[in-house]
Amino acid sequence: MIRYLLLRFWQSIVLLFIVSLIGFMVLNLAPGGPLSQYTLTPGMTKEALDRIAEQMGLNRPLPIQYLDWLWNMVQGDWGNSYRDGRPVLEVINRHLFATLLLMGSSTLISVVIGTWIGIRSALRAGTVFDYATTVAAMVALSIPTFWFGLIAIYTFSLWLGWLPAGNMYTVGNGSLGDYAIHLIMPSMVLALVNVAVWSRYMRSATLDVMSQDFVRTAKAKGLAPRRVLMKHIVGNALVPMITLAGLQLPTLLGGALVTETVFTWPGMGRLFLDGLGYNDYPVVMGLLMFSAILVLVGNLAADLLVALVDPRIRLD
Amino acid sequence: MTEATRFTPTRRQALLLMGAAGVTTLVPSLSGLGAARAQETPSGQIVVGFSQEPTVFNPHLLHIEVDEGVHYAVFDPLFDVDPEGNFYPLLATEVPTVENGGISADGLSWKVTLRDDVTWHDGTPFTAEDVKFTLELMVDPDFRSWRRTGHEHVQELTVVSPTEITWKMAKPFAPYASILASTFIVPKHAFDGVADKNEAPFNSAPIGTGAFKWKERVAGDHIELEANTEYFGDGPYLERLVLKYIPDLTVLYTQFKTGDIDVAGLQWITPDNYEEAQTLEGKEVQVVGTATFESLTFNMERPQFQDLKVRQALYHALDKQAIIDALYYGVPQPTETYMPKESFYYNADLPKHEYDPEKAKALLDEAGWAPGADGIREKDGVRLAFTNSTTSGNHLREQAQQFFQQSFKDIGVEMTISNLPPAVMWGDYWMLSQFDSVVVGLNTLTGPDPDTSDYFMSTSSAAKGGAGQNTWVYQNPEVDALLKQGGELVSPEERRPIYLKIQEIMRADLPFLPIFQYATIRGWKEGVTGYEANINNRIDTWNVRSWRWA
Repeated sequence: MIRYLLLRFWQSIVLLFIVSLIGFMVLNLAPGGPLSQYTLTPGMTKEALDRIAEQMGLNRPLPIQYLDWLWNMVQGDWGNSYRDGRPVLEVINRHLFATLLLMGSSTLISVVIGTWIGIRSALRAGTVFDYATTVAAMVALSIPTFWFGLIAIYTFSLWLGWLPAGNMYTVGNGSLGDYAIHLIMPSMVLALVNVAVWSRYMRSATLDVMSQDFVRTAKAKGLAPRRVLMKHIVGNALVPMITLAGLQLPTLLGGALVTETVFTWPGMGRLFLDGLGYNDYPVVMGLLMFSAILVLVGNLAADLLVALVDPRIRLD
Repeated sequence: MTEATRFTPTRRQALLLMGAAGVTTLVPSLSGLGAARAQETPSGQIVVGFSQEPTVFNPHLLHIEVDEGVHYAVFDPLFDVDPEGNFYPLLATEVPTVENGGISADGLSWKVTLRDDVTWHDGTPFTAEDVKFTLELMVDPDFRSWRRTGHEHVQELTVVSPTEITWKMAKPFAPYASILASTFIVPKHAFDGVADKNEAPFNSAPIGTGAFKWKERVAGDHIELEANTEYFGDGPYLERLVLKYIPDLTVLYTQFKTGDIDVAGLQWITPDNYEEAQTLEGKEVQVVGTATFESLTFNMERPQFQDLKVRQALYHALDKQAIIDALYYGVPQPTETYMPKESFYYNADLPKHEYDPEKAKALLDEAGWAPGADGIREKDGVRLAFTNSTTSGNHLREQAQQFFQQSFKDIGVEMTISNLPPAVMWGDYWMLSQFDSVVVGLNTLTGPDPDTSDYFMSTSSAAKGGAGQNTWVYQNPEVDALLKQGGELVSPEERRPIYLKIQEIMRADLPFLPIFQYATIRGWKEGVTGYEANINNRIDTWNVRSWRWA
């Protein structure tokens, strides 16, 4: 077990290094740079931009810039944002809560509803319910979130006036209820797509388990149908869901680019978009490393959990 | 706080204010109370929506326009500019002029007298030492100062007394007054013992003298400022000012409609929503001109554009009004110059543009540009074909380009569209004039000052080793001489004919085809008073000290 973990650890380090190298190259090899956005500022001169590039060390050779970044990174210094001068880890930390709140609640909704729909349509495969949810899932997966979000805002904020048109809370209020009412629309919009994903996976996993011999045996030995369902079918169908959940971890903390923009939600997705938009390289690199780490950790955690619940799997 | 400068309503006015608050049902109850309390205590809050996020709070670091939304609320310059272009004093007791002895007749010696009743938000008194520190910070070689223009000519900075500072200019430089009008004074004591001024704690928790004090920033969401009850001038009347970041313009407009934001700020209401915005209940909407002009800009080094007749012909081929009406919903106004109509220096007598494709063809024929086998004109082996670039993703411009392309094709000129992402477009490609032609919105002025030396002087082309932004590589000795002359004169009346002449020459030479002067659509909730657009700066909050609820 320890050997397995060590092996995974070293693999991860190599992967992170490769990710950082590719990320850095892609960002920096594109022509232009972080300063070109200031060109059209009234009174801006070539001289001023050149001087500032020099002061920021942007005109050093790229390999030197990369090694410099890497060396600081290894020591735990992720650099400072070009935009507000704050350390990248602090910047990420400031956006993490908003994303956790939004993604956490929408994932909770989608897992509960998605699992339920998945099991139900598997048990009643071929019925109206099954067809209806299948069609609904396809529709939900095909609607662009941006459009759906705007439609929701027009309906529930502008037309009906039931819910706020966005934002995480009202400035100056910020009570629990205030957060809750702001959370409803964005988390529902996000959940819509995820319910579809989860229900499709759960449906096929359940169908898969239902055709196994041990289910027939359980039924044959006269177990109550409810017990067969809960203990033998659902229990086993959930195992592949753990892997899916592991893959969801980066999304959970990485935020939702589009939804966060439509609902002016100050989370990680928006941070990433802004980082790209303003050529804030240190922040973009930081987010890239952060999500790479999450992917690795999420996968590792899923593998360990699956091994824990499924006695057929041994890690060595 | 000086009572004399405050608005103290008479009993009759107070009653009127209460009445107004009573009939305007949309005004939150808090503000009604505020009016009744006769402005002694600031009350209520205003939420301003911005489509960009303010992140740079030291006004002298490299920043974008939205950051100035915070600067104007938290800091004061020595004096500022009103919408008519007149200076008015803030930290200075009066605006230095030749008449009052603040500036010597040759424009070289400056003397500024400061108020003695100003304190920083942390209670430290404001003195001439802070002004000296600020002016020196701008040219500090280790500091990432966003602008040194003008400040680099300042010599012999002397603190005569806590309320008086003097300096000499190395050369007469007329735009300096306008530059000072947007130079916010920062506190010297906030940088005491700070090794790297680029990373001072002050930069993320600014201390100013302004009408609003820094409270907090929720990264990616909003900035909260609170009333500075010790403010030396008029105001503030609001207890709290919230600058809310809304990254999408459609969402910004939606939140303006729902009332989540009280003022639709920077980037404002998009032209496609203008018609609907005017019909909204309880909202005020106004179109205001800005100092940015849209142009089709030529690289004058290219052989295709050497011939004036070619540039004239291309101008005649453009249907400016059709573009303005079809793409920009008729909001901006066509223009013949880079100078905004609102400016004292605007030349209203320039020849009017005529849309006339036949005349365009005639001009090209006359100049010897004859159609070749493929219908594209050529002369001496030069095909009248060129590329045109702008920021990819700017949909209105991209449509305008297709319009130009078609118009030019009709007169036998081939324009190929080649757009680039912003970071590439406005990098070396633009700065070093690597383009053939560009569609661009530019503001070539410094606040209200008409000087454009960094843009039109022949020595300002980076492609020729210059330091400025003359990306046209426009070279005209007469313009050079006029710019130099205008920059050395102090009196606006003496300067005016010079800048009128420059506009006349630019209109005749056509290094760029002026299309329109940008206009923005401002929107605010009924009941917000004091909101006023000011063409001489870039941001809504320039006079936020006077904002209040009716």
